[in-house]
Amino acid sequence: MSKSNSDKPRRLAIIASKGTLDWAYPPFILASAAAAMGWEVGIFFTFYGLTLLQKEIHPQVSPLGNPAMPMKMPFGPEGFQDIQWPIPVAMMSIPGFNAMATGLMKKTFANKGVASVVELRDTCVALGVRMIACQMTLDVFGFEKADFIPGTEVAGAAAFLEFAADADVTLFV
Amino acid sequence: MTTTTLDLKGLLCPMPIVRIAQAVKTVAIGDTIEALATDPGVLADIPAWARSTGQELVSMEKTDGKEIRFVVKRVK
Repeated sequence: MSKSNSDKPRRLAIIASKGTLDWAYPPFILASAAAAMGWEVGIFFTFYGLTLLQKEIHPQVSPLGNPAMPMKMPFGPEGFQDIQWPIPVAMMSIPGFNAMATGLMKKTFANKGVASVVELRDTCVALGVRMIACQMTLDVFGFEKADFIPGTEVAGAAAFLEFAADADVTLFV
Repeated sequence: MTTTTLDLKGLLCPMPIVRIAQAVKTVAIGDTIEALATDPGVLADIPAWARSTGQELVSMEKTDGKEIRFVVKRVK
């Protein structure tokens, strides 16, 4: 807390490298919280994180590769909803399982009152968070700047590092 | 000096501090905002927000139910 109330605003620099529903949350939550605290914030979207800048997004989550992911039911009696269902790995690769897991996570989050990823992204934009798309991955994946939400900046590693060099907090997500 | 009320019930992190930050900008210096929240995370987050922004947290207490009532004053 040593820098509280200093004249110069603090700065948060985040690299968002993943595009799944679960990993979309942390950068947008931290960025909007920091912006609400008066910080300067920039998120550098690279690799799969780049997809989070597309105008229409429907990020999914897969239990496959997330073996500790709790699977809970967002409906039924309270005791039923508290059960953490053990999911055999073989089931996780069944077609449609990702869609089901995504649906369950979205419903559980909505029931608890968590804002959606799009709401959080809109909040970040409204609070002045800089959304920076990585030029290299944009080219590699065949995106164009017009694919992304208005206000998206496009820059490379050096430009992000220059911004991050003066940051108080730097995170790779 | 006036007091604005803000309903933060049902909202989870980071929305309570986002809403407070937005609300503070709409009131005059010296005015207060009285908010009611249900997320226990605000017990740590609102004081941190106040320290970081230099605004004043006048009071914060748990009500009889599961609600948390706090008052923020815009001082700058």
